[in-house]
Amino acid sequence: MAKIDYHNLPVSYKTSVQKVDMGLWEKIYYPEVIRGLLLTTGHFVRNMIVHTAHVFGMMKDKRGAVTYQYPEERRPIHRRYRGRHRLMKKDDGTERCTACMLCETVCPTNCIYIVPEEHPDPTVEKHPASYEIDILRCCFCGYCVEVCPCDAIRMDTQDVEIAGWDRTKMVYNKEMLMANITGPGAPPEDDPAQWWLK
Amino acid sequence: MLETAIILAKIWGVLLTLVTLAAIMTWVERKQSAVMQDRLGANRADVFGLRIIGLFQPMADGIKMFFKEDFVPPKGDKFLHTLAPIVAFFPAVVIFAVVPFGDVLRIGTLEIPLQVARLNIGYLFILAFGGLTIYGTVLAGWSSNNKYSLLGGLRAAAQMISYEVCVGLSLVGLIMVFGTLQLDLMVKQQGELIFGFLPAWGIFYQPLGFLLFFPAVIAETKRVPFDLPEGESEIIGYYTEYSGLRFGLFYFAEFIEIIVMSALFSTLFFGGYQVPYLYADGFVFPWGGSWNLPHLVVVLLQLGSFFIKIAFFCWLQVLIRWTLPRFRYDQLMRLCWTGILPLAVLNILITGGILLLIKG
Repeated sequence: MAKIDYHNLPVSYKTSVQKVDMGLWEKIYYPEVIRGLLLTTGHFVRNMIVHTAHVFGMMKDKRGAVTYQYPEERRPIHRRYRGRHRLMKKDDGTERCTACMLCETVCPTNCIYIVPEEHPDPTVEKHPASYEIDILRCCFCGYCVEVCPCDAIRMDTQDVEIAGWDRTKMVYNKEMLMANITGPGAPPEDDPAQWWLK
Repeated sequence: MLETAIILAKIWGVLLTLVTLAAIMTWVERKQSAVMQDRLGANRADVFGLRIIGLFQPMADGIKMFFKEDFVPPKGDKFLHTLAPIVAFFPAVVIFAVVPFGDVLRIGTLEIPLQVARLNIGYLFILAFGGLTIYGTVLAGWSSNNKYSLLGGLRAAAQMISYEVCVGLSLVGLIMVFGTLQLDLMVKQQGELIFGFLPAWGIFYQPLGFLLFFPAVIAETKRVPFDLPEGESEIIGYYTEYSGLRFGLFYFAEFIEIIVMSALFSTLFFGGYQVPYLYADGFVFPWGGSWNLPHLVVVLLQLGSFFIKIAFFCWLQVLIRWTLPRFRYDQLMRLCWTGILPLAVLNILITGGILLLIKG
């Protein structure tokens, strides 16, 4: 076994608080304090120049702040991010789901409730009469998406703003899950399942 | 009658200016810290969709403070609990009374000194009322009936009492140089020149004095890096049990203190309202040449110069507050008793020696 010299580890390996021996230069505080103040003043002056230039419509390629102004400006979400679920549709607009109950079975938090029903078309076996997801219980593990044999449920809506005033409103029914998604969280057009293969 | 009216007008003018500036300071603190940290800061408060870079934020804060629950701990002392923020707020405002914000304003035969109270004990008055703020912290801690608040209050009291010694001693040198405690006389002397070209500001007489006075005052006003009494979330501070407008008053007092201390720094060390080379009837430059100005312009220039100096020191204090990490309590006390205090005494000795050599 290799011996590790714990006293001479590179700085990045040390996790505990290090005692730094201060010389006279550090002990009189002022030089180091001024050095720190110059650093922050640098940021202040640079950002103030950029902000002032923005007012006059100059230096638009530079940003005065590194933050996102959230409701107006959104951080791009990765396409494989597991957001709110949606139910996929067939070409005729009805749900792809065949009510095989695999997602309800695999769901670790038991948040999916399916009531199966005979499909009106005699060539199709079953379809869900109701398909509900209690989004408050969901842990966004994505097992339902993995287990689905007909790619009927996906979590690619990129919808992260799941909030409501009422618990009862947080149980999403079939119509809500099949609704067309518009706005900033709309899913990409191409098949995200194939995306990583490219 | 006229004199009373003038004094009342000055009091109200100074008070309103201070309170307005303090409200703006809350906005400055938010915005400046944001810009320093590459953020944008509070910009959401709007009136009918008008945002004007978050300038409505102080108003929104005030309204929020008004409508928050004002809670007194059930077993706390209700009277003292109410009194404490007032005791903390009052001295911060009163100190400004002795600070001259301009020279004499002449209207016809009327001479109005631009200073609320021309006290010959000026600096002692500041020390005395600075000492009163300790009561605010201790009362707040004690009347809350919360042991952590009490400890916080005592910690704050120990810190402020210790640093009060430093604040007092670090300025003795300056008082020896100017030979007066009266602030307007100090500022008058700073209007002269050293070696014919350098403005006779206190910083040039007492550089060490300023370097000692500055941190001592910041510690006295409980600002970062000496903000242990106010470390709300990390160490429980003395106003933990305060909410609503009572907390708001503490908060507001802190911002008024920033402005008043900035005024003190500029008055004592940076020539107060003096503009270099500006005399009662205009500029007289040391390299020859002069520029006569009417009286009113001179007064306005002085007011403007004082305001700019205050603004600079407010900016500097906010900059320090958002740059430096906090001192540990033992480091804080060591800095005071083994750092600033001996150096302040040394400063007095050196100043005395030099004065003895020069003036005999």
